[in-house]
Amino acid sequence: MEASTRQEAPIRYLLSGNEAVALGCREAGVRLGAGYPGTPSTEILETLARLVPEMYVQWSPNEKVGLEVAAGAALTGARAISTQKHVGLNVAADPLMTLSYMGVEAGLVVVTADDPELHSSQNEQDNRHYARFAKIPMLEPSCSQEAKDYVAAGMEISERFDTPVLLRMTTRISHSKGIVEAGELRSVAVKGFRKDARKYVMVPANARARHAFVEERLDRLRAFAEETELNRVEWGDRRVGVVAAGVGYVQARELLPEASYYKLGLGWPLPLEGIRRFAAEVERLIVIEELDPFIEEQLLAEGIACEGKSLTGLLGELTPGRLGKGLAAAGLIDTAPAPAGAAATVLPRPPVLCPGCPHRSLFWGVKPKKGNVFGDIGCYTLAALPPLQTIDTCLDMGASIGTAIGSSKVATDGKPIFAAIGDSTFLHSGMTGLLDAVYNDADITVLILDNRVTAMTGGQEHPATGKTLMGKAARQVDLPTLVKALGVDHVQVVANHDQPAVRAAVEAAVAHAGPSVVIARAPCALMPVKIREIPYRVDPERCVGCRTCLRTGCPALSLTGGLTAKGLRQVVIDEDACTGCSLCFQVCPHEAIRLTSEEVPV
Amino acid sequence: MSARTTNVLLVGVGGQGVLLASDILSQVAMEAGHDAKKSEVHGMAQRGGVVSSHVRFGERVWSPIIPEGGADVLLAFEQAEALRAMHLVAPGGSAVVNTQRIIPPIAAGKDWDYPENPLAEVRARIPATVAVSAREECRALGNEKMVSVLLLGALSASLDFDEDLWRKVIRARVPRGTEDLNWRAFQRGRELASA
Ligand SMILES: Cc1ncc(C[n+]2csc(CCOP(=O)(O)OP(=O)(O)O)c2C)c(N)n1
Repeated sequence: MEASTRQEAPIRYLLSGNEAVALGCREAGVRLGAGYPGTPSTEILETLARLVPEMYVQWSPNEKVGLEVAAGAALTGARAISTQKHVGLNVAADPLMTLSYMGVEAGLVVVTADDPELHSSQNEQDNRHYARFAKIPMLEPSCSQEAKDYVAAGMEISERFDTPVLLRMTTRISHSKGIVEAGELRSVAVKGFRKDARKYVMVPANARARHAFVEERLDRLRAFAEETELNRVEWGDRRVGVVAAGVGYVQARELLPEASYYKLGLGWPLPLEGIRRFAAEVERLIVIEELDPFIEEQLLAEGIACEGKSLTGLLGELTPGRLGKGLAAAGLIDTAPAPAGAAATVLPRPPVLCPGCPHRSLFWGVKPKKGNVFGDIGCYTLAALPPLQTIDTCLDMGASIGTAIGSSKVATDGKPIFAAIGDSTFLHSGMTGLLDAVYNDADITVLILDNRVTAMTGGQEHPATGKTLMGKAARQVDLPTLVKALGVDHVQVVANHDQPAVRAAVEAAVAHAGPSVVIARAPCALMPVKIREIPYRVDPERCVGCRTCLRTGCPALSLTGGLTAKGLRQVVIDEDACTGCSLCFQVCPHEAIRLTSEEVPV
Repeated sequence: MSARTTNVLLVGVGGQGVLLASDILSQVAMEAGHDAKKSEVHGMAQRGGVVSSHVRFGERVWSPIIPEGGADVLLAFEQAEALRAMHLVAPGGSAVVNTQRIIPPIAAGKDWDYPENPLAEVRARIPATVAVSAREECRALGNEKMVSVLLLGALSASLDFDEDLWRKVIRARVPRGTEDLNWRAFQRGRELASA
């Protein structure tokens, strides 16, 4: 390269942590990415699909398959990445635990995007434990620049130590933008698959030997942790020494700018000797970490005195306010930085099903059956909130069917038992549940909400949408055929917005003894295209203010009209928001809702 | 360049364009030579829920989150959201408030009412508040989809960035063919806040 070009300033981008991981993949010569969508991890593969056409990326039906696909590439000597949200790694935990034994042929980085504060998750589990559990190294970026750099670092560690590497993101790292300096592109050749039964066939005799390898590898990783530049000491005021990784580090730097730091980039295994020496040099050792006392307990077990969870608590994100309070209570800062005034009491704005959402119409038709509805995870989980309140549980992806089966085997109240599950979720982990319902003849009705998209996470493709992540046409799985092949005899397909049809289908399904399936088919109102049919409006001559339409919970309706003769407030439809789904029109007992294209006498 | 970090808090309701505005603002800050970070939460919030985005810039920015009570400027896309966020503004801070009201379905129930006059309450706490009817202003310019850019124009009056820089970043971020119209929206916003 010419000297003049070498002196040019590097290109700088403002990137989210997820976009930075994608750039890191590009620079590190990663060949394949696979995963299943899940906030806050989704944009990694989406960005790769959009901006790195030389890489092969795909959505898998679930995280287990996604990790296996990535592992297959790594075993074939190509660098690979697997992405998922924290609970996704539970689904992929089975391959993960034994991949630790197998090791890799080329680098394999497994991204877990945790969600402290449960911004969009069903739990707040701390996936750092997986690193220790699987005995694999873990990197924890604290900003977008590190998110990019740690991909290449992870690939190198993976190849050097023959191990998958965990890259642990959190919502604040994944979804915050920061400045990233681009690096050089590396091209890494694909080595090809190499047969090595003792390493790659994990039958007991081979796996026993590999377990010994894992323990020996861990010793080498511990030594590596002591020397790697991924961890560093930053000396400041020695009265306070902070040990922190990831977002904990930047939050601490904000509030304790003067302190000394042991900054961890390699979050596991810990450089215990380095931290012991650091501890000896400072008066007070503070561990600042979100969620569990992962670092703190390891230090205490080593006899390194420290404070941690007594300051930061176990719950949620370490926001400046929360951390500031803890630090102030411990006498480490004077007061919380800029004490906020009291918040005004303002009406809450809980998330709602969109105007025209087909889920609303389906649940409106299910509600009168007064059944127990075992729910699942997706946009439709919002039907658990008022005013619909038609979903009674939400556990994990695919759980609706299993829990409905279990309930059906013991329930004595005679209520109909439903499982409500989205199409993406059904293909993720509902099929085996339905097979169970058939095999064990469970008297349940499974409602498959077929909106042809993975809506909750922003509209990703899945095996029934007919398109791949890279935009290619794909064979579309036919849900009725699939369900029948699993052995369900009573299968109906119904259009969500057609209330009489929905009610009739639900009625027939409930009457059927044994497992029945209703496939409720109508496209998502928002994705991939925003649906906009002729909107409706309220005829003020006829609206009596009975509020029946409001009980659908459609956000396009509001109680902001004039008063009726009896002094009741009338409903108004926001014509810009109305998609013309017709549910309010169908439910209005007074024929007061009309298409805007119709003449309404004024 | 001052060592002090400037904190801009943007709030609104899902679908209003809060994230486009914070993207443009943070890009402008970076191109002006600052360290810059921005943070927001995606996901459930986008189903008609509250959206807030934190933009921070200065010599060195550590946390991506603005400390509670540390916002220098509040840009609210919706009146009730301005009210919800106003306690996060630092004493002496300022606000730009879009007068739009988005009434959530929950207001139809017995428990909650949409506040009577949020703007007045915000003004009482933050005297340096500019109210902008962004939707109406954009409609007058011929395209309602420029609310974010018009509000950024109003915000720009209280920040120290070159107009040319704003112009460059906005042109690169808005749909092709609407660059000139968007720039007019920005200038209209700036004019309204400077008046
Ligand atoms: C194991 C796991 N992986 C991913 C997620 C994130 N996630 C929540 S719901 C959902 C899918 C929703 O799609 P679908 O079932 O089609 O329902 P929709 O949102 O379209 O109504 C995903 C991917 C999760 N909660 N758990």
